[in-house]
Amino acid sequence: MREKILAVIEKNSRIDIRDLAVLLGESETAVANEIADMEKENIICGYHTLINWENTSNEKVVALIEVKVTPQRGMGFDKLAERIYQYSEVNAVYLMSGAYDFTVILEGKTMRQVAQFVSDKLAPLDSVLSTATHFVLKKYKDHGTVLCDQVQDERMLITP
Amino acid sequence: MRNPLSEKIVTIPPSGIRKFFDIVSEMKDAISLGVGEPDFDTPWHIREEGIYSLEKGRTFYTANAGLRDLRVEIHNYQKRKYDVEYDPDREIIVTVGGSEAIDIAMRAMLDPGDQVLVPQPSFVSYVPCAVLAGGEAVPIELEAKDEFRLTPEKLLEKLTPKTKILVMPFPNNPTGAVMRRKDLLEIAKIVEEHDLFVLSDEIYGELTYGEEAHVSIASLPGMRERTVLINGFSKAFAMTGWRLGYACGPEVILKQMLKIHQFAIMCAPTTSQYAAIDALKNSDEDVRNMCESYDQRRRYLLHAFEEMGLDCFEPLGAFYTFPSIKRFGMTSDEFANRLLKEEKVAVVPGTAFGDCGEGYLRISYAYSLKNLKEALGRLERFVKRLEGKSV
Repeated sequence: MREKILAVIEKNSRIDIRDLAVLLGESETAVANEIADMEKENIICGYHTLINWENTSNEKVVALIEVKVTPQRGMGFDKLAERIYQYSEVNAVYLMSGAYDFTVILEGKTMRQVAQFVSDKLAPLDSVLSTATHFVLKKYKDHGTVLCDQVQDERMLITP
Repeated sequence: MRNPLSEKIVTIPPSGIRKFFDIVSEMKDAISLGVGEPDFDTPWHIREEGIYSLEKGRTFYTANAGLRDLRVEIHNYQKRKYDVEYDPDREIIVTVGGSEAIDIAMRAMLDPGDQVLVPQPSFVSYVPCAVLAGGEAVPIELEAKDEFRLTPEKLLEKLTPKTKILVMPFPNNPTGAVMRRKDLLEIAKIVEEHDLFVLSDEIYGELTYGEEAHVSIASLPGMRERTVLINGFSKAFAMTGWRLGYACGPEVILKQMLKIHQFAIMCAPTTSQYAAIDALKNSDEDVRNMCESYDQRRRYLLHAFEEMGLDCFEPLGAFYTFPSIKRFGMTSDEFANRLLKEEKVAVVPGTAFGDCGEGYLRISYAYSLKNLKEALGRLERFVKRLEGKSV
């Protein structure tokens, strides 16, 4: 049941438990309990809203920063990551395979603000060797959802 | 001037769906639960193959029977899914949708006076195709008490010495009924005893719910040489607009079907055929996901019917429900028309699928949850009003 619950709420976290239970052919209590358990077990870590900020009057800059580091004795990648993800302007931090170590996704109000964060906070960290900042110009698809246009049902109203 | 028309075609009534379609089209803001096609777009990797074939300039006719690569994939797919094997070179034809396959199968097999047994309610094409092929269509009226399955009794009741073909429309549009292996074994026995042929329309074969998967009657002992199996890409792979289906069967029948296909159609659309190769090879996960999603919405609809007191047997295939409206003392047509007028919800009257569909509606669940919710809310309001309850 877990996987099925997750598959549905990953796409629609606002679905009410009653509907979810009906869709899955389970009882409401069973579904509610399963969700509560998954929250406890940190499988479900939060319920977010997918916002296309471009359609608001709110200015927002998103940057993806490649960070190369040297992990120091007694302080592996995890510790380093923590020093980065604690910043509230940091949206996501991933440890990567390949040419660099961390992907840091950052949100700011202006490019200047983002640049400042990189030069003042991120780059000076002892273990950080180098950074490369890429600004996001346009989001086409995010979290499996196409952001640009609303899809219309183009089927005829009645077909055999 | 002489009458330009053939009497045969003039006497065939237009599809009941068409009639209702015309009424619905005038209602601009109606929401519909009336379509007979998936709400998914064709998975992108399939579309991509179609586009690629166009880019490569593959814009010519294919062999009459279809691309050999596609026929080989159809062979593999049928073997893998339904445990039936057909020779790609002699026993498979790629057609323009399952509908063409129905048509050419009837034309290849019927002589004047031959009877075709058509279990109803069922898809709108079987009867007209049988008649156009010179045969006589004999409906078998299926009932909700049998979960709209074809029972041996009902089959035997309509058998005559002239009966030649039995149409097997399962999983069924519009009822959602399925035939299990044990049901099919009983039918197969009668088919063999009475030397009949089977036209098995398995276009919804991928879409069954619950533990048991679809069983093809062609896979039962003795049935392969008596069965023309029809399937296609529209429902399983959400490819209705590509117009692609196929027929599999014994060479002796397929050879004649190919002749008709060759003269009338030439070959199925080339672009669609290239896309279809990819569909058969690489879509297991897509199909699984779509199927799971239909199953969820199926439960949602059945639950809503139960809540509003609409009687409905549990459909285990396709993407339709077939609730009964008998207790409201209206015909299907009246109910559907009033529902459209008063609540702007379009459903298809059961009678569009045969006279015995009277008292039922076909309600499709190939819609988003949001759409279903809105439409079911309106349906409930309508039902309550009919019952004289205030909402």
